[in-house]
This record gives sequence, structure tokens and C-alpha cells, in this order.
Amino acid sequence: MMTNHGNRVTQGQFSFLPDLSDEQITAQIKYALKNGWAVNVEYTDDPHPRNTYWEMFGMPMFDLKDPAGILMEINHCRETFPNHYVRVTAFDSTRGWESPRMSFIVNRPDKEPGFRLVREERGGRSMGYTIAPYAADRPEGERY
Amino acid sequence: MGKFETNIDAKPRYSAGVIPYKKMGYWEPDYRPKDTDVIALFRITPQEGVDPEEAAAAVAGESSTATWTVVWTDRLTACELYRAKAYRVDPVPNTGAGTAIDAQYFAYIAYDLDLFEPGSIANLTASIIGNVFGFKAVKALRLEDMRLPVAYLKTFQGPATGIVVERERLDKFGRPLLGATTKPKLGLSGRNYGRVVYEALKGGLDFVKDDENINSQPFMHWRDRFLYCMEAVNRASAATGEVKGHYLNVTAGTMDEMIERADFAKNLGSAIVMIDLVIGYTAIQSMAKWARNHDMILHLHRAGNSTYSRQKNHGMNFRVICKWMRMAGVDHIHAGTVVGKLEGDPLMIKGFYDTLRETRTEMSLEHGLFFDQDWASLNKVMPVASGGIHAGQMHQLIHYLGEDVVLQFGGGTIGHPDGIQAGAIANRVALETMILARNEGRDYLKEGPEILEAAAKWCSPLRAALETWKDITFNYASTDTADFVPTATASV
Repeated sequence: MMTNHGNRVTQGQFSFLPDLSDEQITAQIKYALKNGWAVNVEYTDDPHPRNTYWEMFGMPMFDLKDPAGILMEINHCRETFPNHYVRVTAFDSTRGWESPRMSFIVNRPDKEPGFRLVREERGGRSMGYTIAPYAADRPEGERY
Repeated sequence: MGKFETNIDAKPRYSAGVIPYKKMGYWEPDYRPKDTDVIALFRITPQEGVDPEEAAAAVAGESSTATWTVVWTDRLTACELYRAKAYRVDPVPNTGAGTAIDAQYFAYIAYDLDLFEPGSIANLTASIIGNVFGFKAVKALRLEDMRLPVAYLKTFQGPATGIVVERERLDKFGRPLLGATTKPKLGLSGRNYGRVVYEALKGGLDFVKDDENINSQPFMHWRDRFLYCMEAVNRASAATGEVKGHYLNVTAGTMDEMIERADFAKNLGSAIVMIDLVIGYTAIQSMAKWARNHDMILHLHRAGNSTYSRQKNHGMNFRVICKWMRMAGVDHIHAGTVVGKLEGDPLMIKGFYDTLRETRTEMSLEHGLFFDQDWASLNKVMPVASGGIHAGQMHQLIHYLGEDVVLQFGGGTIGHPDGIQAGAIANRVALETMILARNEGRDYLKEGPEILEAAAKWCSPLRAALETWKDITFNYASTDTADFVPTATASV
């Protein structure tokens, strides 16, 4: 079990808050749409902090402007992968950004065992550090 | 250039002796700056009896080609091109006759691009602020702003990483980053120091920071600090699943020592290193190149700037430092909090933040921005707000500073009654709950206290933080304030 506040992976912009309701998620989708950002849904069972490329649940919804429709896609992903991490990101295509502007987790496994820290002793007192999710010891799709 | 040659009759102009700067060609009221000119705006307080145009011409002369007397060797050069040209002088509102302040003037001076070495802040500043600030004809002098032409900006690397790539590397989007400076700033051993770092990062901060004067002292040599801090960073990262960092201050007595420390930080896996402004412009540019070559974020503490940026009549405005540091290539710079313990008028701070973060800034006199400035695609610098801020101000901080900022709660984390982790939790919960409310369209500035109270109902660390610091504010008048107000006209 993770021993941090909330006993959970705290990636994303709202992980310190109670899990967001559908209504709260919808409000965030509206904020993204108001800014002209494209909402994207991604899932993974490898929550390593440097695992950048979570699996895309379809394409970013560039042309879908209906918050209820976007929420349906999010819920579809959550139903398909109930024991995965699912995050919602919002992409800004304007010059000077061209990058996500929002990212928050909307689904997570019931139990989050956390990460192993491996210390590799080097010369002197130096240490090389490796972080690995305990769950990633098992094959993809069988982790949570 | 023919235009200027016709203005001056060469024979009397180059007769040996001393003539006014205005007559030497440094005052050109009809000059229209070229797109490639560097423009500097000075606030000049002339000595008694010196007329403002002559004072402006003198500043132009002393910051470009002039010396105190006529020299015939000018005529071996394209001197009309190399002379800086004062082309406009405006009285500063609310100074001079009828006020308690000596008459001041804003002087606009244009410099040809060929006066400057490409890619060198040292060379730029050696001209613009080199000799001229000690010049007797002016009682006081302040560099208020500069317009840097795109052609010149393109010769600078700019921020090693920039806001966008920093966020991508950290995997943190849509909210300000959270930091803290380890306290006490002096005296902790490496082992104890790392404890503070671990507790704050595990509690929920993204970064912890060395202070400006933590380098390598008898109580903690730099290698000890780096080793223990990286243990703390990695432990916290494993405990949370987040990318974490500690700004390892590599400031040292020589460039070689700084590089040695930065290399050690990199080899230990740090995402970020830190330098102080006092190391100097050339050292900063060298470290910015090193940072880009080694995938490292570069944090700059503005140690020393208030010695010349705070007083309104002499020195230089901090917005100019912001511009030079964006060119020099730092990724973070301390740029004020509005509500904290250090100097900072809200309008002025908005000008600093816009200068660091926008791709283009428009002239805005009430924010102290005297020129349109295109940033020529140089990366954006992440401003850092640090000094006397706490969770109870979260709505104000987000309102004034926006979301691309590092909010650093040092005392406001480490001084929490229930410990450092609790302090970090309080700050992170306050931040996330306020961003959620902002995005929901709530009037979060007005409703801020209620939004925080509501979160404090389920988050006891936040409850304790709000209780501890509820009445702490720093309401002192700023010294560096706007000369122009948005609505009023200048007094006549």
C-alpha cells in the first residue's frame, strides 16, 4: 500500500481531491472546450512517472464540442478498463504551447501497491536510483 | 544615413575642444527607430541647470561612442551609424515643479544593431549600463525598459528548457507548481537537510529548493547535500508516483567548480540545478548552454537584484533583468508574489510575468511596459513566487500570478504545526481545490476563503494551516510603482 496522503498515485492535477463526480468532470470538460482545447482519454496499467505514452482510447476529440458526448467516451473507457488508470488530457494547439494544458486521473485500480525503489550503489557514496511499479512485474493487462 | 550627415556641419563639429552632446549628434528628435534598433528607455534626473535633452544626449553619447571631448578619429568611422540617438524626452508624471520630487524625464535612445556582439548579454550591458550610471551630468539614472529587436533575440539561445517542455518532463499540467525553500537556510547538516526535502516532497510538493546562500559551507559541503537530496527526491518519487525535484544550487567561486557540481547533479539523476544572479551574466549564459546540453532545467535565484532595482530614481527596473534573463537562457526566475513579504506592486509584477511568459507583449504603460516586444519564439520562463506566502492566499496567488508559476511556500510548509508533510498536503489541497473551482467558472477570488474552508472540512492539515496563518499579511507600500495609471491623465 502506498503510504502517502490518500494512499494513491498523485499524478494529474486533482489527485489530492476526492474522486471527481461526473458533474465535476463535465465542468472541467467545459473549461477545456471554452479554451478551444481538444480532450483526449488515455489508459494504462503502468503508472511509472516517466511513462509518457499511455494508450489512447480513440483519437483526441478535436471535433466533439458536446460535454455530454465527451463524458460518454470517458465513461466508456472506464467501463472497458475498470482496473486501469484512466486520465483525461486537454491539448492546446496554439503556437507557443502545442502541448497538454490539463491532465487529471478519472479512474484508478482499487488497490495501488505503489513503486519499488532500487538503489544501485556506485563508486563513492553515489547512488543510481530506479523506480518500478510493483504491478509492472506482471504482464500487461494482468497487473491490477 | 545621409540624413544625419546633413544635420551636422563637419568642420566645426570636429574642431578640438568640448561641445554639448546635443551638438555632437546624440540628440535626433526626428529619428525614427529602425525595426532592428535596440531601444533603451532611461529615467533621467538631470543635474540643476542641465536641460533634459542635453542630459538625454549625454546618456546616449556615454552609452555608445562618445567621450568627454571631440576626437577627430570619429571621422575614420561610420560614426553617424554608431552614435546612439536620443530621439524623445517626456517629463515623468508627478515629478518636478509642484511636487516634492526632482524633475525626471523618460528618454528614449536608439542603438544600431551593429553596436552589439551577437549572443552576449555582457556586451549588451557593457554599453547600456556600462559607464553611464556614474556620469556627473545626471543626478540619478534608471534603466526602465528595453525593446530588443527580433534580429538580436535570434542570436540568443533563450531558456534551456522553457515552460512547455518543463511541464512535459515533469508530467504536470494545468496548475501552478508547488515548491518550498529548505529552512533554516543555513546550518543544517546534509542528512538533516535531506529530511526536510523528503518530507515536503512526499507530502505533495513538486520541488524543494536550496536557498541562494547555500553553497558549500563547513556545516554542509555540497556533495553531502547533493547525495542526501537525491535520496530524498527519489524516495518521494517512489512514494507518490510523481516526478519530483530539488533545485541543487551549483553556485561556486569559479566556473569550473560550478560545472563540476552541475555534472555531479546530473549524474545523480537530478532534473534541475540552480544558480544565483550574483554569478554574473556570462556565467549564467554558460550555465544555460550547459543546461540545454544536459537536459536540465535551470533555476535562477535573483540574489542581489534589489540593490539596484528597488529604488525608483536610480539603477534599473527588474523588468529589464527579466528580459536579459530570458535571453540569457534561464528556465525559472524569482519575480515577485504580490501578496508576500517582498517588494511587489501588482501592476508591476504583471509586467514582469508577461515579459517572462508571453510570446509577444504589447506596450502597456500601467504595467511598466514601454514597448511592443516580440519574443522571437524564445522559450517562456517560469516565474517563481517566493517569500511569505501561505495556503490561505491561494485564490489571490492564482488570480494575480496565473497557473504558469512555481508557488514556493517555505515557512508555509515547514512551519506547519503538524509537520512538514502536513504543510505540503495543505498547500497541494488548497491549490487543487482552487484550480478546480476556477475551471468550474466560480468567482474564486471573491469566494476564495469559502472554497478553502469547504476543503478544510475534509482536510485537517489545510484546516490547521488556515488557522495558523489566517491573519498574516504584509501590507507595506511598494517603492517600485507605476508612473501611469490606467484611467487618470497625468497631472498638469
